[in-house]
Amino acid sequence: MSSVLYDAQGPRAKRRNVLFTVVFLVAAAAVLWWVITSLNDKDQLAWEKWKPFFSSTEAWTTYLWPGLQNTLKAAALSMVIAMPLGAVLGIARLSDHRWVRVPVSIVVEFFRAIPVLILMIFGVALYSEYTNVSSDDRPLYAVVTGLVLYNASVLAEIVRAGILSLPKGQSEAAMAIGLRKNQVMRFILLPQAVTVMLPAIVSQLVVIVKDTALGGAVLTFSELLASVGPMSGYYGANTIASFTIVALIYIAINFSLTTFASWLEGRLRRGKKSTGAVLPPAAVGGAESTGAGGAGGGIGL
Amino acid sequence: MFDFLEGYDLLGAFWVTVKLTVFAGVGSLIWGTLLAAMRVGPVPLMRGFGTAYVNIVRNIPLTVIILFTSLGLSQTLGVNLGADTFETINFRLSVLGLIAYTSAFVCEALRSGINTVPVGQAEAARAIGLNFTQVLTLIVLPQAFRSVVGPLTNVLIALTKNTTVAAAIGVAEAAALMKEMIENEAQLILISAVFAFGFVCLTLPTGLILGWVSKKVAVKR
Repeated sequence: MSSVLYDAQGPRAKRRNVLFTVVFLVAAAAVLWWVITSLNDKDQLAWEKWKPFFSSTEAWTTYLWPGLQNTLKAAALSMVIAMPLGAVLGIARLSDHRWVRVPVSIVVEFFRAIPVLILMIFGVALYSEYTNVSSDDRPLYAVVTGLVLYNASVLAEIVRAGILSLPKGQSEAAMAIGLRKNQVMRFILLPQAVTVMLPAIVSQLVVIVKDTALGGAVLTFSELLASVGPMSGYYGANTIASFTIVALIYIAINFSLTTFASWLEGRLRRGKKSTGAVLPPAAVGGAESTGAGGAGGGIGL
Repeated sequence: MFDFLEGYDLLGAFWVTVKLTVFAGVGSLIWGTLLAAMRVGPVPLMRGFGTAYVNIVRNIPLTVIILFTSLGLSQTLGVNLGADTFETINFRLSVLGLIAYTSAFVCEALRSGINTVPVGQAEAARAIGLNFTQVLTLIVLPQAFRSVVGPLTNVLIALTKNTTVAAAIGVAEAAALMKEMIENEAQLILISAVFAFGFVCLTLPTGLILGWVSKKVAVKR
């Protein structure tokens, strides 16, 4: 075991570890006991509250599946629109012409600095005042607008970092054999950069899926999270059970995306065809918009 | 031109945003550091707990967590964190939710900072006879802290933007006020510009100042 922080352990350290383990177990058991008793006091552990999710498919077909479909629809739409837009913005930010580079940089930095929720609220009002989008569609449009504006700028940064991470010799060699600037970008830089930034793009998907929930909580978009309200109302205030199931669905989707991203990263790093450089998911810090872009795929929200 | 601002407490709303950011920031720094300590520590059980916490919390939308603190914790289980008015209850609940969420990212940032310190540094330190505490406080942690200023800045900026989610449970911060103003006034573009400007004022300087600090203190390798 080699860690920067501690050595291979001797007998005294091992005894201390056992002590820590016991103390931690006792503390964890106390918290767990408190959670279970308070859940029990409010009758949230009763089988009736959980039954709808396990004994029949009604809860799934009426509430969860339609909500999940909307979540996935909004996320997919946002990704499909934001990706080309982000690529264009990212390449434009690398332009040799100051009059292209500067305005695009301002746009990208501006949308990265603003919370997605603010963009979504703006979107709803925009569609209701200036367009004739029906009021049923408005929440979806607003959610997608907010997500596209924010994530296109984050993806632009990913694209830019991906291209900048390539060795300089690549574009020098390409120019030496007589390719034009746009050919260098299309034939030499972009294809290599795509492999470099794939993991970061996949983890940006997690941020997008998470941010669709804002639409349900604030904008009456009927996605997965929004199904908790009517569902717990219908099944007799099983709030805790509904939240647990919805959270588990989000975890299942996002955890598989995260795992895929890190598998991809490891595979690309080992691969012989690329330069071996890979943008780690957290490279740009966007995320986590929730942006919490940060770590591990942005924090983004 | 800006007379639509009259009658609204714009500064008050942004002040709530700032307060949410500061309280949640301090709280998640503490809880995140504890989690990071568990994740890099020698006790397998605590390592497992840290890993599970980070992986679970990171993959749940913040909106779900915040809504759960209100509908689940407060209204169903009666956890009110010692507050009695509607306003303070929701404020404290959203701080709790923000801490629970953000600390997972703080933990990952700190852990990656510790991992950037080459093992050779600690081995060299042990070779010249430093004991564990000295290795930790003189060699490893100073280098680790200096390399995480950048990632932690990103987490802080994300947190600032994430405080808007508190609007979902009725905390009167900037996004909630923006929604109210747009409903009442016919000044969509101007109102949005004002709020966008407010957030740019909060996040851009943070990023610039701390970005400068992180370059200044970074360990050149």
